[in-house]
Amino acid sequence: MNKTRQADLGTPGVGTAATVVVEIDGRKAEVTKGTSILRAARETGVDVPKLCATDSLKPFGSCRLCLVEIEGRKGYPASCTTPVEDGMKIRTQTDALARLRRNVMELYISDHPLDCLTCSANGDCELQDMAGAVGLREVRYGFDGANHLDAEVDTSNPYFQFDASKCIVCSRCVRACDEVQGTFALTIEGRGFESKVSAGIGESFLDSECVSCGACVQACPTATLMEKSIVENGMPDRKVVTTCAYCGVGCSFQAEMKGDQVVRMTPYKDGQANHGHSCVKGRFAWGYASHRDRVMAPMIREKTSDPWREVSWEEAIAHTAKRFKAIQEKYGRKSIGGITSSRCTNEEVYVVQKLVRAGFGNNNVDTCARVCHSPTGYGLKTTLGTSAGTQPFDSVMDADVIMVIGANPTEGHPVFASQMKRRLRQGAKLIVVDPREIGLVRSPHVEASYHLDLLPGTNVPIINALAHVIVSEGLADEDYVRERCDLDSWESWKAMILKPENSPEAVAKVSGVDADRIRAAARLFGNAPNGAIYYGLGVTEHSQGSTMVMGMANLAMATGNLGRSGVGVNPLRGQNNVQGSCDMGSFPHELPGYRHISGDDVRSQFEKHWGVTIDPEPGFRIPNMFDAACAGEFKGMYIQGEDLAQSDPNTHHVEAALSSMECIVVQDLFLNETAKFAHVFLPGTSFLEKDGTFINAERRINRVRPVMPAQQGKQEWQITQELAQAMGYPMNYASSAEIMDEIAELTPTFNNVSFAFLDEVGSVQWPCNEAAPMGTPIMHIDHFVRGKGLFVETDYVPTDERTNRKFPLLLTTGRILSQYNVGAQTRRTANTVWHDEDLLEVHPSDAEVRGIKDGQLVSLASRKGDITLRAKITTRVKPGVVYTTFHNPETGANVVTTEYSDWATNCPEYKVTAVQVAPASRRSNWQEEFAARAKEQGKIAIDAGR
Amino acid sequence: MTTLVYVPRETSAVSVGADEVAVAIARHAKEAGESIELVRNGSWGASWLEPLVEVVVDDQRIAYGNIAPEDVGSLFAAGFLSGGKHARRLGPIDEIPYLIGQDRWTFWRCGLIDPLSLDDFRTHKGFAALEKAFADGHEAVLEAVAASGLRGRGGAGFPTGIKWRTVADARGTQKYIACNADEGDSGTFSDRMLIEGDPFGLIESMALAGFAVGANKGYIYLRSEYPLAHAILSRALETARHNGWLGEDIQGSGFNFDIDLHLGAGSYVCGEETAMLESLEGKKGIVRYKPPLPAFEGLFGKPTVVNNVVTLASVPNIVRLGAERYAALGVGRSKGTLAFQLAGNIKRGGLVEKPFGITLRELIEDWGGGTASGRPVKAVQVGGPLGAYLPASQLDTPMDYEAFIEIGAMIGHGGIVVFDDTADMAQQARFAMEFCALESCGKCTPCRIGSTRGVEVIDKMIANEDREANYDLLIELCDTMEDASLCAMGGMTPYPVRSVLKHFAGDFRDPAGGSK
Repeated sequence: MNKTRQADLGTPGVGTAATVVVEIDGRKAEVTKGTSILRAARETGVDVPKLCATDSLKPFGSCRLCLVEIEGRKGYPASCTTPVEDGMKIRTQTDALARLRRNVMELYISDHPLDCLTCSANGDCELQDMAGAVGLREVRYGFDGANHLDAEVDTSNPYFQFDASKCIVCSRCVRACDEVQGTFALTIEGRGFESKVSAGIGESFLDSECVSCGACVQACPTATLMEKSIVENGMPDRKVVTTCAYCGVGCSFQAEMKGDQVVRMTPYKDGQANHGHSCVKGRFAWGYASHRDRVMAPMIREKTSDPWREVSWEEAIAHTAKRFKAIQEKYGRKSIGGITSSRCTNEEVYVVQKLVRAGFGNNNVDTCARVCHSPTGYGLKTTLGTSAGTQPFDSVMDADVIMVIGANPTEGHPVFASQMKRRLRQGAKLIVVDPREIGLVRSPHVEASYHLDLLPGTNVPIINALAHVIVSEGLADEDYVRERCDLDSWESWKAMILKPENSPEAVAKVSGVDADRIRAAARLFGNAPNGAIYYGLGVTEHSQGSTMVMGMANLAMATGNLGRSGVGVNPLRGQNNVQGSCDMGSFPHELPGYRHISGDDVRSQFEKHWGVTIDPEPGFRIPNMFDAACAGEFKGMYIQGEDLAQSDPNTHHVEAALSSMECIVVQDLFLNETAKFAHVFLPGTSFLEKDGTFINAERRINRVRPVMPAQQGKQEWQITQELAQAMGYPMNYASSAEIMDEIAELTPTFNNVSFAFLDEVGSVQWPCNEAAPMGTPIMHIDHFVRGKGLFVETDYVPTDERTNRKFPLLLTTGRILSQYNVGAQTRRTANTVWHDEDLLEVHPSDAEVRGIKDGQLVSLASRKGDITLRAKITTRVKPGVVYTTFHNPETGANVVTTEYSDWATNCPEYKVTAVQVAPASRRSNWQEEFAARAKEQGKIAIDAGR
Repeated sequence: MTTLVYVPRETSAVSVGADEVAVAIARHAKEAGESIELVRNGSWGASWLEPLVEVVVDDQRIAYGNIAPEDVGSLFAAGFLSGGKHARRLGPIDEIPYLIGQDRWTFWRCGLIDPLSLDDFRTHKGFAALEKAFADGHEAVLEAVAASGLRGRGGAGFPTGIKWRTVADARGTQKYIACNADEGDSGTFSDRMLIEGDPFGLIESMALAGFAVGANKGYIYLRSEYPLAHAILSRALETARHNGWLGEDIQGSGFNFDIDLHLGAGSYVCGEETAMLESLEGKKGIVRYKPPLPAFEGLFGKPTVVNNVVTLASVPNIVRLGAERYAALGVGRSKGTLAFQLAGNIKRGGLVEKPFGITLRELIEDWGGGTASGRPVKAVQVGGPLGAYLPASQLDTPMDYEAFIEIGAMIGHGGIVVFDDTADMAQQARFAMEFCALESCGKCTPCRIGSTRGVEVIDKMIANEDREANYDLLIELCDTMEDASLCAMGGMTPYPVRSVLKHFAGDFRDPAGGSK
């Protein structure tokens, strides 16, 4: 029998507490009012047979197996579509029902292959189960009649196959695509006996609009839609619930195992962030963990031109410690530092920052959040008091107007996007603020009321203009402001916002968005009972990123949209643990829990616990480290799971800095771009091996459980701990649970958190402490964390990055569904079938004047550098704007980006670069160098005996 | 002096040459220097007399039946413009027995008026019921419909008054009227005749319904096989809108109502009300489960009255003349009239509107004149392809919903298809399953797979393979389809099959007519 299948109550819950009393098969039961008979029966332990019903989908009533008898009613109503009523007397098993069910099953099986023993769903097939349950013993129709047994198998999708011969046309896949995922890619083609599931008009799954989220495969009760990994390996024998390591949604998954091999990842229905849904990355793109490129042994080399040499862990760690100590002796205590990774667990991050602060004796620790959401931390802390989003994802189901700013949820945060689309299909209105026509602007059954297609770099004037309309037209919630906000700041902000330069008419000239549209959008948002803002890196990665974050917080406060469900200011975090890595004290100026390093009280707590003296001065941020390196003052870096060389802006500068250092230690799964400049490589673990916690965009602390042992022999926290010991700092954790215990002890917002507690309750959202023992889904409920909400003036200061005759276009960047950030993981999976190179989106008119054809090679040049890539001509971008993704290292998108950055946090201005585009015939010089280096390093790796 | 000549523009008349006849009359009149006004009216329903040409002489409409284009010359020669004698002359239209014996409550304007003349419609009490409703209020309409005993003429026979009351009382401000004109049953054509003969009548009826229940929008779901009805209805809707009978503030009443005309895509099951609603919403026409009933959650999830064309069209006279008069017609719980449609192997096919209670025999023999072949009646299928085949022995069954249910049959939409003694009823049983297999939406298993298996099992029986075992299997399949199907399509397909097994079982052994 199947060991990994999750419980299924047949129909969704109805979300009410009211109950009625019914009698099911003679037993009285108190059941939820309005729930289906099917679910009510299952909740009381009576399994009515079913095939087309599943509790993630609305009832459908097609299979006719769940028929029951109800006293006083004619016929045999389907229990999935009939709600319980008080006093109802239901019989689920009678002779007549048994006969009907057997006869219906006989019809099914008369058009189904009899290959159960060799079928990939053998042991996990609901049809098989039901045939057993109803006692089908013969098929009197024979098997010579019309059938679909010769239907072709569609194997076009790299991860799953569609075997129409096994399809029972229950429509669960079609409904999952519609209701759960919201893509509407599948349909039932034809009618009657000819009905068949189709992914498009004569298209294969791969060529269709299918986004491979896996919802259909999950919903399929037979082997019709089946993971290829199961076809190849057979059924799993155990399962481990863990958390996805891709984006900041933090989906819970069931890793389904055969021995220590993963054979399938299925979304976990009790996962509070994803409620059983998934995307192509989390569901399918986990094969990178066992990719042949993965480095399995520590390696060192003297110079970066030397071949790598495999060494023992002991040697690697002793060598590293020796080098770091030597550098510190020669160049001073502050000449080395560390980078924590938002892909690693809180526990792994915590020990790295602890190593830097206690072992290196400085505060030179920073994290990749520097380059993504640092303005979020700064802006939300300043205005509201907490460096985090305000809502749980489920809050969106109570929103009336949703404003999405600088985020592309259907590509970047697909599982949350599906939830948002579900709400939009229920009738919530949508405003999209984005230079580009992202998918949400118009997709099946979802259309933005307003798309403010602003020029890159003009977020602040737009948010100011929206606020201008709301304040000047009396749409602000003055009662709310009076009760909850700092009134002096309100008055001065109001004066600022009402200035003529913040009027839609003035802003229209700067942003390129019609004043009327700005006004209309502002009115829509201002009049919404619940208005919610969701944003992404299109907000933060600007020279005024922090200003914009505060601008959104101002708007939310002014409209009273904070502190309850359906509202809020919600960052969509890029990485799985960017929230956690920030929480863990990864910034040079903050100890865990966002407490400033200069605070004597806080520092002394840590000093006491750690037994060291902590430097009260903030350390270097990443760009400071690069600058110091170029100046010859910064010589060693311990880099945990981040690819600085690919992901940081102005690649030329980054490469110069990295080349100037004496000991770069890269801890990663793969020899990434940064490793080309490294002297020590410490192999890391994949999320499948980690034991710890991730924190998603809604502050939810999720457990990451090891489904297999560390493949290279050590947990990453152990590596860091051994390095600390070798550096002379005693770090002696026996488990990662002990690390969390220390975090909880030293961090007020984590006081109640422990592995044992998480294992018991599933997950919690911080703050989780004595005041909120079960966590805090919604922040700022009665008052803001900082006390009174602070309005901050947000005058627009244009970026110094300007277009001119030489660089007349603005480049902005983004992500695509199938790939993830620098692509280290996804490029090592079959996801490349959807995206194997980064393309430059160009508007037809910009292409026309430059003589650029679709698919043609073009050069993309900025003041910083130039690269060559292929053009895609599309009206998704407007004239004057070009767009690309940055998933492939050989593209070198960051060769062209500048070092301009957020005034408050140095978050790079990735989203605005003045460029020129021209037809090209060859790769750029940098790309030629890159290719040569890749070849060289590849050779070095081979020489090292890999 | 201009002579008024009527030549029907109605599908069955046109199919036997009415258009050509009209052209020929116009040409001959021109050649003869006669001034005529040619009116393209609807059909009176005496399809067996089509093309039925009328000429107005001294305010009397003189009918000439079965006119072919080549007859027109002789008509003129016979002086037909002044009612001259001719072999095809039938005499005054209101003296034709086929017509005078009817109680044309719903179809009274069909044939009588110019369907696209709003003036003609108004002259013949058009919109009088709506005006009365405006004066008396919506409650009066609801009460009248309830008191009339009117039941759904689409086939289900659900009390219209209860349906309208439910929608009127349903929560929500947006409500809809959905008119089911997807007349797909074999041997039925009353919806089409009404639309082609009295389109404004339907418009008035829908506005009345909208007024009664508080709906401001109506949809007509018309089958695509009715292009002429579509053309006529489109024009009528335009005219009504142009003259303030649709749209905002109809005739200053403060009532807003408009109608969208939606063309089906050739699916029989879209005549099932929930599949029709799906199709109207732009989705694939598959059946929804009930409850929720459309009266609570119908079109776009809003409370919706779904009624057949004839049901709706019965209402204006109920409002205008009083529910009592309607309720006084009929028998038992089957009140009022039904437009019976005589088709198949019948001598005088056409539409006959009579009160319930008339027997099949009266309809077939008195009106229909027996079979067209002159051979004895073997079977009659009432109520479309899902209706039972009744043997000659049941011809005295009164047309009454309950009486039909009692004999395992149904009146349905009032279609009556006659078969003579040469019919192979085993093939007809097979056809029932085949039709279901062809038209099943495919949602529920019993209908989707069962109908195909049904054809196969019947084929085996006909081929004498394990006839008894297959007989038992067929009975069980019928039980399964009847008890377990999601909608009436699969649920009623067994009716004709069972009736053949019951009354004509011999045909499986001896197709030549063992049960004669």
